[in-house]
Amino acid sequence: MTKKTLRFASLPVPVLIALLLLFSGSRSVEANDQTNNQTKDQPSSASAEVAIDNFSFGPQTLTVPVGATVTWTNRDDIPHTVVSTDGVFKSKVRDTDEKFSYTFTKAGTYPYFCSVHPKMTGKVVVQ
Amino acid sequence: MTNKKQDLIDQDLQDLNNDGVDRRGFLKCMAWAGTGLVWTMSGGIPASRAFGKIYGKDKDSGKSGDFTFVQISDSHIGFNKPANPDVTATLQTAIHKIDAMPQKPDFIIHTGDLSQLSKPSEFDTLDQALKGAAAKQIYFVPGEHDMLSDNGAEYLQRFGKGTQGSGWYSFDHKGVHFVGLVNVANLKAGGMGSLGHEQLEWLEKDVKGRSASTPIVLFAHIPLWTIYPDWGWGTDDSEQALSYVKRFGSVTVLNGHIHQIMQKVEGKVSFHTAMSTAFPQPAPGTAPSAGPMKVPADQLQRVLGITDVNYLVSARSLAVVDSPLADSTP
Repeated sequence: MTKKTLRFASLPVPVLIALLLLFSGSRSVEANDQTNNQTKDQPSSASAEVAIDNFSFGPQTLTVPVGATVTWTNRDDIPHTVVSTDGVFKSKVRDTDEKFSYTFTKAGTYPYFCSVHPKMTGKVVVQ
Repeated sequence: MTNKKQDLIDQDLQDLNNDGVDRRGFLKCMAWAGTGLVWTMSGGIPASRAFGKIYGKDKDSGKSGDFTFVQISDSHIGFNKPANPDVTATLQTAIHKIDAMPQKPDFIIHTGDLSQLSKPSEFDTLDQALKGAAAKQIYFVPGEHDMLSDNGAEYLQRFGKGTQGSGWYSFDHKGVHFVGLVNVANLKAGGMGSLGHEQLEWLEKDVKGRSASTPIVLFAHIPLWTIYPDWGWGTDDSEQALSYVKRFGSVTVLNGHIHQIMQKVEGKVSFHTAMSTAFPQPAPGTAPSAGPMKVPADQLQRVLGITDVNYLVSARSLAVVDSPLADSTP
């Protein structure tokens, strides 16, 4: 093997990790030189918002890093709820302008719906 | 009138009830939510009379088994947004309208969404308002807004006496069998209304063995037929429920939830949804979503209303008449 053909593989490890993270589409990764400390289980202080409007969740699919806190805000004139279909989280009923927050500590896909108007569905992807 | 002539007239009535065509036309007239005209079958011929005259001195009217009841729906006590800042006042207007009816209803049926947020104070306010109704017997089924605290525990505690499961029950009144169904409990993600296995099994047993000539009235919050799936306006397992009552000669289904009048006749089953006493909602697909629809203040009382249901023994069918809280003609 010559250095020429394996140039990519011979890059230093931190640079490789940074490149992987860059291409993974993760939005809230902080630029950090100490990449050898950054692992998937490291909590993030990221936060994200979902608006409940016109009987729908926006964005309907939200992707966040592990440790992120998602806040739902009801902008409708009608109360709604935010209920995980797998029993992971369940809000109290939220009237207009009321909020519900949940911090996702584990990676995974979390489908949810409004238990009052079950046609309203959404998904949080945690990675 | 000779006996033969009377026999022919009676036969006419029965024929008209069985083939569905004239009944459909009859019910089409019912869909006119105007100033409360009532169409009846008298001697086999549809005739319209103003509200006050139907139970007058006509020789065909006023039979002892005849009665009337009123359906109200979606009072949403606790709602206070622009579409109607005072839903208690419009409910009271509805109650006054019922009390002013020339033929007093035997009882009132409320097809759900009594409250906006299932709060005790909201149920209290509703109770207070209904105390003003002359009709003392009121039957309820919950809407999804009444299930918001502990899966409807507050609702059941107040209105669930004698009911089973999430609040279903049945009763008989002057030969008509009434069934209150709950299709707003344990709703599944992506679905519409749902009755569930336990309730369906109960319903099958409840109507079994009854004579097919018993008029049946089913009432539930969410429509028991599919009106608009995108907005959840339907019940996923209603087909099974309707199969249990298919053999009956007269089935009337009364629902709420959509805050507007919709009707459908399918064979011997007539479906009807009532207006709300709180606020209107848009017609299917005419807005980004369902929900409270604001109308000019002077129009509000024309899009809210009550439903009067008349049972006439001679016709063995129920006549459903909607009337808005305010008439559109002076």
